[in-house]
Amino acid sequence: MRRITEHPILIIEDTEELTFYYEGSPLTARRGDTIAAALIDNGIRAFRETPKRHETRGLYCGIGQCSDCVMVVNGRPNVRTCVTLVEEGMRVEVQKGTGGADR
Amino acid sequence: MYDVIVVGAGPAGLGAAIEAAKAGASVLILDENDRPGGQLFKQIHKFFGSGDHYAGTRGFRIGENLLKEAADAGVEIKLSTRVWGLYPGGIVAAATEEESRLYHGRYLILATGASENSLVFKGNTLPGVITAGAAQTMVNIRHVRPGETAVVVGSGNVGLIVSYQLMQAGMDVAAIVEAAPEVTGYAVHAAKVRRAGVPILTSHTVVEGRGERELEAVVIAEVDDRFRVIPGTEQTIKADTLCVAVGLTPRTELSAIAGCRMAYSPALGGRIPAHNEDLETTKPGILIAGDLSGIEEASTALDEGRLAGTKAAEGLGLLTPAAAETRKALIRNRIAALRQGRFGDKRRIAKQVLWDEYKNRGDNT
Repeated sequence: MRRITEHPILIIEDTEELTFYYEGSPLTARRGDTIAAALIDNGIRAFRETPKRHETRGLYCGIGQCSDCVMVVNGRPNVRTCVTLVEEGMRVEVQKGTGGADR
Repeated sequence: MYDVIVVGAGPAGLGAAIEAAKAGASVLILDENDRPGGQLFKQIHKFFGSGDHYAGTRGFRIGENLLKEAADAGVEIKLSTRVWGLYPGGIVAAATEEESRLYHGRYLILATGASENSLVFKGNTLPGVITAGAAQTMVNIRHVRPGETAVVVGSGNVGLIVSYQLMQAGMDVAAIVEAAPEVTGYAVHAAKVRRAGVPILTSHTVVEGRGERELEAVVIAEVDDRFRVIPGTEQTIKADTLCVAVGLTPRTELSAIAGCRMAYSPALGGRIPAHNEDLETTKPGILIAGDLSGIEEASTALDEGRLAGTKAAEGLGLLTPAAAETRKALIRNRIAALRQGRFGDKRRIAKQVLWDEYKNRGDNT
């Protein structure tokens, strides 16, 4: 796990655990996590595959500008996981190409 | 109808809103993020400068103070609201997840900030290659380490500060790589990371990010005085994270669609809306502040915002020209103090060039 629990300057509050689903499997997150932070905490960094060359992409800018980290969330494609908070029961899937957004 | 609409709730936007509101203007700030403060809340280090610039105060504390000051002055802030259009007559089109609507402001102050530059090398799209800002957001705001071991490209202040903050978060920093022959950030920051055992490799660059589906290693190499890779100097560093800290570019989209004339200043980040010392653009009623008016740093951005906000209040008739001038002179002096020394001089000169060009061209409206 990559969560920071101790820090020389920041006071890190313990928040409630919640469960979300990555490719159908349950994972644990903390309330207030972005989807990207929750996945990275669980060791997952490849968030989508590009349409033509099927290359992996993940977090890049971290503030919702670049759109490299988009995934299919609760069936909706192109959700920016770096600025979207994870929710109890949320279904998160690797986005293949446009994730059906062009259909 | 608002007297002033500010786009962006970072230090520049907050400074602008606070000054205008204190003078009696009705002020609305629109920001696309779900929290205000721009990038201030991820700055956990102490700021430099004089007491007037919150020297010795950590960035996030400055952010908290500004939000309180804005609330006390009656500034309204709408978050998760993305401005997507500007139309003549002070019409601002903005959308949330639910709706898109128009706002109307007598004055517009654009404080849209900057985006981080990327770097071209083989494997630069692999998961694990992230901007320095993303690394900082992850550790300081999200409290999750983006990886275990990082290589940082760029020895400017951002690269140096982020390196230190990754270590504070428990990561290893294998090296800082700098293409220039010397460290480009402050010596005090460089000394701090060196003391922590991080080598700063000048005249070096990243040539490749390696890994099947994610970053596993970084290949670096030495460069000559024309930044060409010297063959045979390549070395591979095992790292799962590569932080790109190679400068910022102003986010000019809104100023461009508003029709502001653009100027060009390499020292300040490239294309920038042409402006004068009061931060007026070539479009009447549209002012700018912060990184949009040239890449500097948060304290300057804040004071530029205050200057723009004061100018708007003057334009609205809420401050007499004399009262506005007194106020502006005070802020100008503070900004001048920030544009001193080896680093500040370049920015001061570049700004003067922009102001002179604005003054000397007759086609500003």
